[in-house]
Amino acid sequence: MAPRPEPSGIDWRYLRRRAVNVISLTFSVLGTLFGLFFLFWILWTTVSYGISAFDLKLFTQSTPAPGNTGGLANAIIGSLIMVGLATAIGTPIGILAGTYLAEFGRKKLLADVIRFINDILLSAPSIIVGLFIYELVVVRIGHFSALAGALALALIMLPVVIRTTEEMLRLVPNTLREAALALGAPRWKMVTGVAYRAALNGIITGVLLSIARIAGETAPLLFTALNNQFWSTDLGQPMANLPVVIFQFAMSPYKEWHTLAWAGAMLITLSVLALSIFARTLLRNARMEQ
Amino acid sequence: MTSLPLPLKAATKLQVRDLNFYYGEFHALKNISLDIGTNMVTAFIGPSGCGKSTLLRTINRMYELYPGQRATGEILLDGKNVLSPRADLFRLRARVGMVFQKPTPFPMSIYENIAFGVRLYEKLSRSDMDDRVEWALQQAALWGEVKAKLGQSGMSLSGGQQQRLCIARAIAVKPEVVLLDEPASALDPISTLKIEELIYELKKNYTLVIVTHNMQQAARVSDYTAFMYLGDMIEFADTNSIFTNPSNKQTEDYITGRYG
Repeated sequence: MAPRPEPSGIDWRYLRRRAVNVISLTFSVLGTLFGLFFLFWILWTTVSYGISAFDLKLFTQSTPAPGNTGGLANAIIGSLIMVGLATAIGTPIGILAGTYLAEFGRKKLLADVIRFINDILLSAPSIIVGLFIYELVVVRIGHFSALAGALALALIMLPVVIRTTEEMLRLVPNTLREAALALGAPRWKMVTGVAYRAALNGIITGVLLSIARIAGETAPLLFTALNNQFWSTDLGQPMANLPVVIFQFAMSPYKEWHTLAWAGAMLITLSVLALSIFARTLLRNARMEQ
Repeated sequence: MTSLPLPLKAATKLQVRDLNFYYGEFHALKNISLDIGTNMVTAFIGPSGCGKSTLLRTINRMYELYPGQRATGEILLDGKNVLSPRADLFRLRARVGMVFQKPTPFPMSIYENIAFGVRLYEKLSRSDMDDRVEWALQQAALWGEVKAKLGQSGMSLSGGQQQRLCIARAIAVKPEVVLLDEPASALDPISTLKIEELIYELKKNYTLVIVTHNMQQAARVSDYTAFMYLGDMIEFADTNSIFTNPSNKQTEDYITGRYG
């Protein structure tokens, strides 16, 4: 910057602007540091307590009875199964619904209603979703099951996928749509052939972030999949999963269980962190292409 | 005010008759009638908001994408009204291609950009498709620059190359009419020159309609020119007489730079 000519006398307006600048900058930096401090505290605590149980046994043995040693293998596989199943249910429905909102339902009443309900669902407490599936599935079948857990997670994931898919498709410029239609492409061909391609990275990011969201959900699983002491991959039976195991083990009086709970917390935190970083990278690449 | 369609010295490809266009309540085109000659370049000129792009987008019914926009009257393509609800929209767009103001390459390879449109209408073998892609790129004077990198993204090309890719993409489906909506306004002078040369070459095989803000460009590339103002067709004549001897005072004021 070129040096300013010194004003004769004191330029109060300039001084005031400088002061306001310094003060607001200080407060925003302090605010950021405040947030980061707790974030790193949480990360540090999780890792430092969890690392002591972090060995091969964690991945090969099932959750132990009090007083015994064991691992989290059944909870890990249970979480993977239920999150995977929820993703398989929630992603296609969410992408299709988001596509309807962005591509076919503009300025339609039905779309406005769906969008409104979706926004409510998006901010609904997850325990409500758990209760809903409990009434709908668990009560009717008569017992807790992994399938009910996956359904509850899919229901939590759905609004996130709908919202991001719609937003990412809206970022696709209309000129691109017109160009495809001008060639004589029917609407669905324009969407699948051109709009999806242009929005692909963004949509994948949305799915990844929604997976990260449901990976740590505890409340809906308490009402649906519950927990299982033993190794089980039966979708019709209660299934172990990391969040509920963490909840129960952390509440217990046993020291071995506490350590395993910390290890589980660390596992979830690190996987969610990895997913988020991967999703952000994808999104950044997508933005650079545009 | 409506000027009647002039008797053209060529066969007519498109006849616009009493066309009115509405954006909701707004009356954007008022009783437009004109003839567009086969293998001729027809330019629409006029100040911003005069309706020249709207007129162009009515010819391939691009406006139908947006609710609230509607047209009344007739546009006859080889004698058949394209605005009739019974007219097949997709066949119309196969016959009437369009190139937009901003280059709009699809997010896919150069090859796929061309093949996308062709696949909508024809099932070609791999080698036939290769031939078609090469032919279209050659027609658009782009083949020499991209033949070594057909697999690269269409978005990696320069702005001028992207616009020629879009022209190649429109031509690849073998249309009869090509609509150009300010095709060079986002390009540098050298790319603009290339597009103009291309337009001159293309009129041998296609009927071209071009919207342009640039009066020199209209004078250089077109055979016929329509001057529009506030939704009215003020004057329509062969380009030479529009620019040297306009019969309407408003046209004269516009081309001599008094407004617009």
